[in-house]
Amino acid sequence: MSLEKFKDRNIGNQNYTLIGHEAFPQTSGEKFERVMKRMLKGELFVGLWVTLRTMFQALFKGEMHTTKYPFEKLPISPRYRAIHEMLRLLESGHYRCIGCGLCEQICISDCIRMDTRYDENQRKEVSEYTINFGRCIFCGYCAEVCPELAIVHGPRYETSSEQRASFSLFEDMLTPIDALKQQKEYPGFGAISPNADENIKKTPLAY
Amino acid sequence: MSNKEITVKIDGKECKSVEGEYILNVARANDIFIPAICYLTRCSPTLACRICLVEADGKRVYACNAKVKDGMEVTVTNEEILQERRAIMEVYDVNHPLQCGVCDQSGECELQNYTLELAVDSQSYAIPDTIRQNKNWSDVLHYDAGLCIVCERCVTVCKDMIGDSAIKTGPRGGEALPKEAKDTMPKDAYAMWNKLQKSIIVPSNGTDFTNCSDCGECTAVCPVGALVSRDFVYKSNAWELKRIPATCAHCSSGCQIYYETKHTSISDPTEKIYRVTNEWNYVSLCGAGRFGYDFENRVQGKDEEAFALALKAFNTAQSIKFNSAITNEEALMLQRLKEKLGVKLINHDAKAFKDFLASYSKASGKGLYGGDLKEVMKSDFVISVGASLRNDNPNARYAFNHVQKMNKGAGLYFHPVGDTLVSTFGKSVEIFTHQVGQEELALYLILDLFANKERLDDETKEYLASFHRHEKRIVKEKIMEEVSQSVTDKATGETKEVIKKVPKTIEKEIEVQINGLVEMLGGNDAFYENFEKMKSKKESFSLIIGEDLYYHPHSRNLSRLVALIEEVCDMTLVMIPPRTNSLGVAMICDLDEEESGYVIGYNEHGHFRLGSRGFSKLDIPALNQQEGTFTNINKRVVPTNAALDYHGYELNDILNALGIGMRQAIDFTPQLGRIEGFKSENFDDLPNGYTNAGEELRGYALEVVETNKEEIKVVKFDESIVINEGEIAYRCNPQRQFNDFTDRSSQINEEFGAYVSPNKAKELGEEIEVIFDQEQSFKLKVIVDDRMQGDIIAIPDYKSYQNVYGVFGRDRYKKVTIKKV
Ligand code: SF4
Ligand code: SF4
Ligand code: SF4
Ligand code: SF4
Ligand code: SF4
Ligand code: FES
Repeated sequence: MSLEKFKDRNIGNQNYTLIGHEAFPQTSGEKFERVMKRMLKGELFVGLWVTLRTMFQALFKGEMHTTKYPFEKLPISPRYRAIHEMLRLLESGHYRCIGCGLCEQICISDCIRMDTRYDENQRKEVSEYTINFGRCIFCGYCAEVCPELAIVHGPRYETSSEQRASFSLFEDMLTPIDALKQQKEYPGFGAISPNADENIKKTPLAY
Repeated sequence: MSNKEITVKIDGKECKSVEGEYILNVARANDIFIPAICYLTRCSPTLACRICLVEADGKRVYACNAKVKDGMEVTVTNEEILQERRAIMEVYDVNHPLQCGVCDQSGECELQNYTLELAVDSQSYAIPDTIRQNKNWSDVLHYDAGLCIVCERCVTVCKDMIGDSAIKTGPRGGEALPKEAKDTMPKDAYAMWNKLQKSIIVPSNGTDFTNCSDCGECTAVCPVGALVSRDFVYKSNAWELKRIPATCAHCSSGCQIYYETKHTSISDPTEKIYRVTNEWNYVSLCGAGRFGYDFENRVQGKDEEAFALALKAFNTAQSIKFNSAITNEEALMLQRLKEKLGVKLINHDAKAFKDFLASYSKASGKGLYGGDLKEVMKSDFVISVGASLRNDNPNARYAFNHVQKMNKGAGLYFHPVGDTLVSTFGKSVEIFTHQVGQEELALYLILDLFANKERLDDETKEYLASFHRHEKRIVKEKIMEEVSQSVTDKATGETKEVIKKVPKTIEKEIEVQINGLVEMLGGNDAFYENFEKMKSKKESFSLIIGEDLYYHPHSRNLSRLVALIEEVCDMTLVMIPPRTNSLGVAMICDLDEEESGYVIGYNEHGHFRLGSRGFSKLDIPALNQQEGTFTNINKRVVPTNAALDYHGYELNDILNALGIGMRQAIDFTPQLGRIEGFKSENFDDLPNGYTNAGEELRGYALEVVETNKEEIKVVKFDESIVINEGEIAYRCNPQRQFNDFTDRSSQINEEFGAYVSPNKAKELGEEIEVIFDQEQSFKLKVIVDDRMQGDIIAIPDYKSYQNVYGVFGRDRYKKVTIKKV
């Protein structure tokens, strides 16, 4: 439908179709008569019948028209910023986070904390990582700053909890290793722009 | 460096300076920025980075090694220089691993900074990379060769300041530079790259381990994340740490440090010290200061029961025993307690020093020794008597080394315990390993060598002359002798006379001057010849004296000799206070000789113990949990801040309960002003830092007061106190151990034991019992100190509960019996 029609506000110049209707009751006797008529007509049951019929169709004929929340959720825009996820490297399965601490530093509600250490393979290990969701305002800065696309916002938007402060640990947010195949690249806030290649210069290599 | 004032113009700004100063230093002092990576203030320029390129009077020079001349005009940047600098930064970035995300230097990395500063946004150079391994050089050093940009700052500081020279550049095994580079690249960038591609840093002893003093200064100066202390690797980002300016609590140098703190972990929000950093351009730390920081005393809260007991104890006590690892404020509080309660104050380390100072003051007319370590560093001839330089005060040792390395200086080292490190400080260092008790002779020798004889009295002059004698000696000499030979030429049959030179050894009688003092002190014959060379062209002389002289049967005579030397030899004199704040305690407290009755131990042994180590009856804060001031060797009152919280009782609470306290301990700081030499400054007004020109703005300098001067009467050396037979024990700490605090620190692992030279260790076995004459004895593990020589064994005094000070009493050397166990 084009918007043209809605923008034309010259009411009165259009060709309206008049719907025929009975004459309005004039005297109080006529009014009383109309009330009584409507009352006894049984239109009410027409409405109830429609409801019953749809219910029957939905329950027994599999013609459901609504989402069964909380058992079912609507797909959400990839740019929506809900509870964080920690992604893994697709090749090795190792977590992507390198423990750089940038998310911790940039977080404006100061709700990220992490511990790191020098591990046996001479790498920086993220030994503990937490986000306090009681304070997180889902601004997405952490996902934006992360140089590894390790921390991203997932689609889990229910954030009610029994306590004011609800924490998530690294393991809670990390893609389960058996779900690695299903891990999707995050196209939302902070992801690489589609034309990223055009914006960088190549470093020469001598091999 | 002469002191002639000159003016130069840097980027149009008029700068005043003195002749002989480097352009870079002048610029820094005047807040003008010149990029520079490899230069360390106080050390020699190495020209490794070449980024400090500037134009001076139209010529390209390196700001870090070109000296200013009067009227010079310097341009810091022009198009050509900028190109050079950019190219240099690009070269540094070639094959540099892109791991800023995990790197410990990230956020304070000079490579990051200069790459950004010079707006390097693309790379034009490339070369195949070389595999470079991570190495742990020692218990504390972690070297990541991949990150190293071979600026050589670590090598330079280790050589010029520390004196270990434990690391050097070694072969990298990298490929040769691309051929066309030489013609196409900016000149300096090429030269820098050429060197960079050939080297990495390796321990200089040829092994994988540095086997050094573990001072960690190399990790401090490293501009990138290549050298990091092992404990800190990947622990925290620089920007997360809170820097607390403080003063190191361990020895009398009182170095300025920053404690860097952060919460312990996610689950534990209590603050913890992660590392200690310093202004490495102006102050060099030792391993104790750098790694001995986690000695805090954590208490749950105020233990009222213990406090009540403590109060009772103070009311019954007759003596308070303490050591000098305390602040000036604590010392003043203890003095107040003495005045209020009439208790005796016992302090082993400060008492002997105080007496020595007092007797020195009488002789010299000065309340304190004349010099400080900074002046020593500027001198070009330095002498050390009675100090185990390596252990007593690391900064005294750095100064000794610095004089050799930077001022083309010379040095004499008098000590009964041989030390293999000191002799490596420079070619003109002469070591006298004399007998115990000959310290007076050493001072007489100094008088003999350096004094303006006119200013000595006749008696002393005669006494010195009595050591000189002439002797006829037969020496062997090699000469070249000319011999003529007749040679027949085989081809022509002619015979020719040929003159040939052949070496021959002849014996010659010569008359030599013998100085009996040198002989007695164990010096060698070559000393006379060397000494002339050593002394020639030297202008300023300095003398460092140490604890051996304070703990000496003839300490009074020694103090007068020292005063005499200072007066007639024009020497800068520095005395090493035995412990952190011995100087402060000596000035603030009236100390008593012998303890008696019920003794309260304040960080020491006693009937009732107050201490900052776990096993005390009442806990008090450790020195990283206290505000206050120390009086350091440089005669400065320097402030320190509390890095960590403390929730228990402190000495001030006791004073408050007795009605003589203040609201806070630091309210005693201005009260120090009532003591001669101190000032009435509020603690919060005391600065604690350095300016860009390297000026020390820390606390305030003590005023050296004039005292009544008596005529200096020195007595002759008395042979009878020499110990030259039997086993000798020596009270001396291993490097990096100074007190209970270092002992408690997790990264300082030098053990309590008998430290001996490698040879002695072979003789002694694994464990010994050392028995003193009063029947006291220690069972000690034998620990080898590679750098010790001779037979004397060193017994540490850093553990207060072992009461080693008490056992040695007024001596530092004792005859002992050693039993193998
Ligand atoms: S920014 Fe990314 S890589 Fe860095 S610590 Fe946070 S999640 Fe890890
Ligand atoms: S040394 Fe500097 S540039 Fe190199 S990885 Fe570390 S922070 Fe980055
Ligand atoms: S380790 Fe550090 S200080 Fe030493 S040369 Fe390499 S970059 Fe320079
Ligand atoms: S720790 Fe000290 S002595 Fe050892 S290599 Fe580094 S600077 Fe030299
Ligand atoms: S122990 Fe002494 S030399 Fe070492 S850092 Fe502390 S004050 Fe400086
Ligand atoms: S700072 Fe001058 S050459 Fe490196």
